[in-house]
Amino acid sequence: MSQNASAPILHGTTASRAIGRIFVSREFSVFAALALLIIITEVVNPRFLSGQGVKDLLLNSTIFVVMAVGQALVIITKNVDLSVGSILGLTAFGTGSLFAAFPTIPIALVFLIGMAFGAVLGAINGFIVTLAGVPALVITLGTLYIYRGINNAWAGSKQYFIGNQPAAFGTLSVQTIGGIPTIAIAALIVVIIAAIFMFATRAGRDLYAVGSDTDAARLFGIKVNSRTVGAFTACGTLTGLAGVFYASRFNSVGADTGSGFELQIVAAVVVGGVAIFGGSGTVTGAAIGAVLLTTMTGALAALNVSKFWQQAIVGVLIIAAILIDRILSLRTARKLRVSEARNV
Amino acid sequence: MSNATATRSTATAAPVNVKSNARRVLLGRDANTVYALILVVILASIFVPFFAGVTTVSFLLIDAVPILLMAMPMALIIITGEIDLSVASTAGLSAAAMGVLFHDAHWSLGWVFVACLLVGLVCGAFNGILISTIGLPSLAVTIGTLALFRGLALVVIGDSAVADFPVALTTFATSTIGGTGIPTVMIFVLVVILIFGVVLHFTPFGRSLFALGFSKEAATFVGIHVNRSKFWLYVASGVVSSIAGVFWVLRYSSAQSDSVKGLELSVVAAVLLGGVSIFGGLGGIVGVVAGVLLIRTVNYSLQLAGLPDTVLTIVTGTLLVLSVIAPSISARLRLSADRKRSKNLPREATAT
Repeated sequence: MSQNASAPILHGTTASRAIGRIFVSREFSVFAALALLIIITEVVNPRFLSGQGVKDLLLNSTIFVVMAVGQALVIITKNVDLSVGSILGLTAFGTGSLFAAFPTIPIALVFLIGMAFGAVLGAINGFIVTLAGVPALVITLGTLYIYRGINNAWAGSKQYFIGNQPAAFGTLSVQTIGGIPTIAIAALIVVIIAAIFMFATRAGRDLYAVGSDTDAARLFGIKVNSRTVGAFTACGTLTGLAGVFYASRFNSVGADTGSGFELQIVAAVVVGGVAIFGGSGTVTGAAIGAVLLTTMTGALAALNVSKFWQQAIVGVLIIAAILIDRILSLRTARKLRVSEARNV
Repeated sequence: MSNATATRSTATAAPVNVKSNARRVLLGRDANTVYALILVVILASIFVPFFAGVTTVSFLLIDAVPILLMAMPMALIIITGEIDLSVASTAGLSAAAMGVLFHDAHWSLGWVFVACLLVGLVCGAFNGILISTIGLPSLAVTIGTLALFRGLALVVIGDSAVADFPVALTTFATSTIGGTGIPTVMIFVLVVILIFGVVLHFTPFGRSLFALGFSKEAATFVGIHVNRSKFWLYVASGVVSSIAGVFWVLRYSSAQSDSVKGLELSVVAAVLLGGVSIFGGLGGIVGVVAGVLLIRTVNYSLQLAGLPDTVLTIVTGTLLVLSVIAPSISARLRLSADRKRSKNLPREATAT
């Protein structure tokens, strides 16, 4: 009898604890910030959430979301990939060139080639980082320049416009399924697959282990180097995918496509709650962070905030995100200390 | 990443073994960059037409001025194991403030300069408080302030540009000393380099920065004020960056929101090429100066040789990657040679 009575109570506490955990989770706070932003903007300017407004919002964040998921994989392993802007440029221009050279090429094949191209560029990063044992920050800063230089040499002053591409490719980013743009659905699928991978597969959990403590992970028998190369390759692949999306979404691709994206992507990932020194955070958080940053730009415009303030506010947001992370981790550390003291 | 500790311990073991000071100077990390610079200058003088000349000196140095200035505090910050990616945005904010205060507020130039330095000081102190006092990771913080300061520059000056600075001043900024082709401002840059060189290599504070870069805990235990040192480094970085911003405005006689944009990565690249270890704890001012000049010289001579400007980034990137890979790979080779020698000893279980 007493056992029966205690069981539901216990069950109740674990359930409420699980719900509580969702509410204090980092993703939830980013999501809450996003919701708050959207609600405030909608109240002030009801046109913000019109059909076209939502579509624009989703379209604009698609590319950043896909890139942020890739970047999150790398940052979770305690590395960083600064060359993503250049990889995006190369793959987007590559897409334009493919259509120019083979106008009848199947679109699916273009996606595959773009992703493979990105994968190769990402794998190069990964191999240099693991071979040299030098912080990824430096290596990818170098490849940022190298890839951009190759893009410059390849493109010169040439640009490919959306008009040169098959109409079906351009409409990819216009057509919708149930009011949601196709490429936004594709981005959502990427996020779901990556989230399941990070949460439920051996390789995904390994990435967290590598990021929290590389030496411990190695002692534990995790193939640190191949996991790191894998993370970089995945980041390159996703950036390649984003590059193909970019070519479909935007009017022109040229030599400087995607330059300067790297810091925005890292910012989105950090805002999304992925710790810059690895080992914690989720791809879902990173994706929401990317949506938050892109929505911020749209919302400020809808709120009639001078466009000159936008970048400054993004900066404040990044710093606020890091500060919140710090406060939360301090609080968790204190809680752990207290609970450990009680147990002992 | 995982080999970081191994690489570092072998790299630090080397200078201890070297006995004489002279050998240390001639074979050190700094020296490699200096030799590379000398080699490139000689090669360029022989093979690139019009390279050896007064105009080369003039163009090469004046383009190097902002990077040289910002590289000084950056070197010290990287030696302590941190980084500052907001330098170019700080310079941009100072440039924007300079334009507005001079053009719209009609301040006298003297006060405009003071205000610009104050802007840099506040920017640096802001970074410093977040990083040293609150203890946030510098990479993330300065990515944030990179966006914030550049955004504030936009807020301050909008999309207008101020270009009506006194001609006497703008010509002074691009003037050269007599017929040597050396820009007049190089005298000032030299003073800054000397100050940072002396502080880093000949003062207890400077020596403590190396200790700090090696191990924060050890540095704390030997009585180094870790947080205070870092704070002042970021303040110095802000002030020097604002000077670079003021120079940028005078050099191009225009202040706008995107002045000095994107230079942060060039500065970091030059500092690392100059032999400063990204792990912290290693590096020297001479190497950094040589690193900045090396990148500029290679780029300038290839430009003269007819390569398009935009393709040159490949060279910059390759130089950067090679400069960090080379010492690490040579250290690993040495390590594996050591392992072979001690073959009979039981091998440690490493799963690589």
